[in-house]
Amino acid sequence: MAMLSFEKKYRVRGGTLLGGDLFDFWVGPFYVGFFGVTTLFFSFLGTALILWGASQGPTWNLWQISIAPPDLSYGLRFAPLMEGGLWQLITVCALGAFGSWMMREVEICRKLGMGFHVPVAFGVAISAYFTLVVVRPVLMGAWGHGFPYGIYSHLDWVSNVGYQYLHFHYNPAHMIAVSFFFASVFALSLHGGLILSSTNPQPGQVVKTPEHEDTFFRDIIGYSIGTLGIHRLGLFLALAAVLFSALCIVLSGPFWSRGWPEWWSWWLNMPIWSQWPV
Amino acid sequence: MADYQNLFTTVQAVGPVHHGVELGHGNSPRTGQPLINYWVGKLGNAQLGPIYLGGLGLASLVFGMIAFTLIGMNMLASVNYDPIQFVRQLFWLSLEPPPPSYGLSMPPLNQGGWFLIVGLFLTASVMFWWARTYRRAVELGMGTHIAWAFAAAIWLFLVLGLFRPILMGSWGEAVPYGIFSHLDWTAAFSLRYGNLFYNPFHALSIVFLYGSALLFAMHGATILAVTRFGGEREIEQITDRGTASERAALFWRWTMGFNATMESIHRWAWWFAVLCPITGGIGILLTGTVVDNWYLWAIKHGVAPPYPEIFPSVVDPALSTGVKP
Repeated sequence: MAMLSFEKKYRVRGGTLLGGDLFDFWVGPFYVGFFGVTTLFFSFLGTALILWGASQGPTWNLWQISIAPPDLSYGLRFAPLMEGGLWQLITVCALGAFGSWMMREVEICRKLGMGFHVPVAFGVAISAYFTLVVVRPVLMGAWGHGFPYGIYSHLDWVSNVGYQYLHFHYNPAHMIAVSFFFASVFALSLHGGLILSSTNPQPGQVVKTPEHEDTFFRDIIGYSIGTLGIHRLGLFLALAAVLFSALCIVLSGPFWSRGWPEWWSWWLNMPIWSQWPV
Repeated sequence: MADYQNLFTTVQAVGPVHHGVELGHGNSPRTGQPLINYWVGKLGNAQLGPIYLGGLGLASLVFGMIAFTLIGMNMLASVNYDPIQFVRQLFWLSLEPPPPSYGLSMPPLNQGGWFLIVGLFLTASVMFWWARTYRRAVELGMGTHIAWAFAAAIWLFLVLGLFRPILMGSWGEAVPYGIFSHLDWTAAFSLRYGNLFYNPFHALSIVFLYGSALLFAMHGATILAVTRFGGEREIEQITDRGTASERAALFWRWTMGFNATMESIHRWAWWFAVLCPITGGIGILLTGTVVDNWYLWAIKHGVAPPYPEIFPSVVDPALSTGVKP
């Protein structure tokens, strides 16, 4: 049994949401639970559909395998399997697997007496995926507006959709999302670096304390957010990045169909200064 | 239930402010009387200040302020010193690098000369700040991990503004100082070199960018979820594992079959964050110097499929000018 030295006392029954004791067991290190079974079902089915789709496609080149959504002419209807129907089924499987995984995390949280921050955060990520492949296509009236499932094909999709709006960097929600992503990396490097520098001090020194951590950051920038605050900040930055990413793409098309640089003309034309030429 | 999620500090204990760990000989005194702010305390520590200024900090601030002011004055000059137009057009204003014709020589001030001077001051400011992060850590007896992470970001900064322009033989390759102008530079750079999405180092950099957001969401959420067991006292948990660490580890072990430890998660964090600018810098440095068109590069290496030949007589214009992948 792949158990950690302290693990046995934590392996207690209970905390399940569905299925009672029926699926309340572990396989190796993995907890199963009702949602573990549904996760397995959806992920195996989805992966098998991808493999089958790849087998019917032109290549086994890992970079080039792609499962494309239906043509726009199918609108919001079901498409034949080889013309986007697979993509539709795989999307259902993906959402089923992600949702099951999230609910399984909830059960594990309950079992360990933990807060629900991780499943909630994962839910935010799922909502971004849901926005991309369901909300926006529905608002635009065709599943064909979803992105293809392939390594380079999804990059092509991002590139092409970006240029449909002329210059996507001018999308204000995209600007904010990118800023939050950069801020996440920045804050993560500071947090990781601070903990490592306290527990791996200069040669001959004893391990440092949070007083040292606070002192270091107050010395550098005049403020230390503290051991608790940095985790709130980090979670906030990461979730804000994802939420604004979802916003920036759902705005593009359903709510703004011209070039994004043009969007900014409201600022230049505000009544307080519109009487003067630019 | 919501009470236990610990998203905000509900009860703030107020004690005497902390003036910081004692510093040894050769250090300046710290500046500023610490303040307690209730609303700041809702999210993190309530105490603001003191700060350590010191020679390196002062030098960095002075050089940084000069660079910032020069950028602002150049932008102001570009709208004939009209403050209303300055605010109105702020996002469109830019201090541009010299035209390519000047190569690596010093152009007149209003032809990119100011741009180079700003680059000098900004680089000096960043370098002094780096030395400050290093010195402050050493003076407190701590490791220098933050300074080296900062060095990774400086690598990307220098690739964009110094190393690549030198390799390309023109300061005109550098990134302009402006909100929209640096976004335009980024888009034009991608288009000029055959779409940066096909640059594998760009892909790696984005993996580490998204990976860092993912890791911070996972780590921040995990720690918050075990704060009821004291999980945020990470150094304590690293040196003397408690139930918070054990539950945090088991959560991930049961979820995905693998877990970090309280210390190793911070090594994962540091490496993900640091590799983002390192791989990004490599990708930028190779672009235009070693690889001229990333799309053709990707086709050559079997990564990207060639587009279907709907118009067979059309030749990629980049190829006709002698560009090689």
